[in-house]
Amino acid sequence: MLSYALRRLLAIIPVMVVVALVVFSLLYFSPGDPALVLAGETATPEEIARIREALGLDRPYLVRLTEWSLGILHGDFGDSIFFGRSVAELMAQRAMPTLWLSLLAMIFALVLALPLGIIAAWQVGRAPDRLAMGFAVVGYSLPVFVLGYLLIFAFSVWLGWLPVQGYKPPSDGLWPFLSHLILPALTLGVVYAALIARITRSAMLDVLRQDYMRTARAKGLGLWPMLLRHALKNAAIPIMTIVGIGFGSVISGVVVTETVFNIPGIGRLTVDAILRRDYPVIQGVVLVLSGVYVLINLVVDLSYGLFDPRIKY
Amino acid sequence: MASPSVSADPDALTLGQVLRHPTIFIGVAIMAVMIIGALLAPWLGTVDPQSLSPLRRLKPPSAEAWFGGDMVGRDVFSRTLYGGRVSLMVGLSVATISIFLGLIVGLLAGFVGWVDGIVMRVMDGLMAIPSILLAVALIALTGASVGNVILAITVSEVPRVSRLVRSTVLSLKERPFVEAAIVVGTPFHALLTRHILPNTMGPLLVQGSYIFASAVLTEAALSFIGAGTPPEIPSWGNMISEGRLVFQIAPHMVFFPGVALALTVLAVNMIGDGLRDVLDPNYRAR
Repeated sequence: MLSYALRRLLAIIPVMVVVALVVFSLLYFSPGDPALVLAGETATPEEIARIREALGLDRPYLVRLTEWSLGILHGDFGDSIFFGRSVAELMAQRAMPTLWLSLLAMIFALVLALPLGIIAAWQVGRAPDRLAMGFAVVGYSLPVFVLGYLLIFAFSVWLGWLPVQGYKPPSDGLWPFLSHLILPALTLGVVYAALIARITRSAMLDVLRQDYMRTARAKGLGLWPMLLRHALKNAAIPIMTIVGIGFGSVISGVVVTETVFNIPGIGRLTVDAILRRDYPVIQGVVLVLSGVYVLINLVVDLSYGLFDPRIKY
Repeated sequence: MASPSVSADPDALTLGQVLRHPTIFIGVAIMAVMIIGALLAPWLGTVDPQSLSPLRRLKPPSAEAWFGGDMVGRDVFSRTLYGGRVSLMVGLSVATISIFLGLIVGLLAGFVGWVDGIVMRVMDGLMAIPSILLAVALIALTGASVGNVILAITVSEVPRVSRLVRSTVLSLKERPFVEAAIVVGTPFHALLTRHILPNTMGPLLVQGSYIFASAVLTEAALSFIGAGTPPEIPSWGNMISEGRLVFQIAPHMVFFPGVALALTVLAVNMIGDGLRDVLDPNYRAR
């Protein structure tokens, strides 16, 4: 198990090297002079020269690539052009709201999707199945920002139950913290839930057709113990896999959700960086979030053994 | 796993059979409305989507302006119809280009050993970058334009297509009919056009519709965060982005483009789901 985990961890390195190369080379190989694009139309030659120097555009590709990579290995992602502060520091500052938001979205998605998928599989072809899968395809198709505004309109503007926008850290008290996160987490969680519900249904269908399920029922096992302990556990691997892969949609969704709800997290940092063409920040965010995505999928792979003791590493 | 393939196949599906599937039918019907709306926008009671009229400013929907006016007095109905052009063009272009490129890369990787190792590592790396972020990074550099949006989304979709093609090719190569074809000395181009490509088309068609849907969503999300279609061209994402500032007093500015966007994506996803059902007898049997 340990050696397998180590091998998988090593296998991440080439993937991250490619990610880093892509992120870095975009700046180098993009048509035109990035410094001109970054500086904007009204920039003076001095400003352009400053940006060119800040990005090291005046030096050879390999030298810059080496320096940049060495910096990242030391946790140095360069400095933000706009803030003049280190990108790593900026990201650390904005990490918590994003972490809370995605965690809550994930919990919400699982709590919603698992029962939906299980019931859909149990009632396959009947009304509950059609309803659940209808929800899934709608949830999968609703753009995150449209859903966000619908929810704000219903719960904040119309009913007045929840705050419209903003973020409060947990230190401000549990309810202010939660009340600001409920709608964003719901918004972000729906797409994820739709993905998970679909896979849960098809994985459960595969298991429910097995002989041992009939045996379990025949020996008098109750419906729910059968569905949960026998079926769900055997369906866990495809479900875990989509939880990992689908996390990509959460990361993409965070960028949009934080804009809709005005949450000062990594996503908001990214959007602001785009508007200001603050390229070092964009590079850093893309690299770190891709790393998080790859790591989460590694953890998912490693967790297979927990659900299925037949899997040996 | 018998995918309907060659024309001689007695199980081959006709267009009529495909359209009779209820999910596909609804999806195609909604798409038809959207396409007609976008293509025939000038003749459907619209005004110039850029023309300003102080009288329309932030006005709720009425008999004169069906979807109301935006904050500078442009007609939301006209902008919603014209905005569909961007979304549909981006969806169609991204789906076509990424299927084409993904097919080439996937075939190469599936047939040429040394390409497989290198290209698939690069594809793994590209796939590790969440699609919106990759697009954002590209556009932040190249500047916002519809062409760059298409390019950026395509870059993040190609790896997924090439993976699909590669794995289909690898599994087809093990199948007896392909082995038999190789043994009797079928030339490579005939092997490709007669056996490999027809059996790849089904999964690709399904994947293509999902790519269409996700490209439409990504374009809208990019425009919404200000890294997509330039503001002078009406697009659903742009309109929602402009509407968000005055959302509480003029919700119609977000509502109409939002509904158009959601319906389009829903329709394409329904077509994709339906095609998957129709093309995969195993799935239908469930």
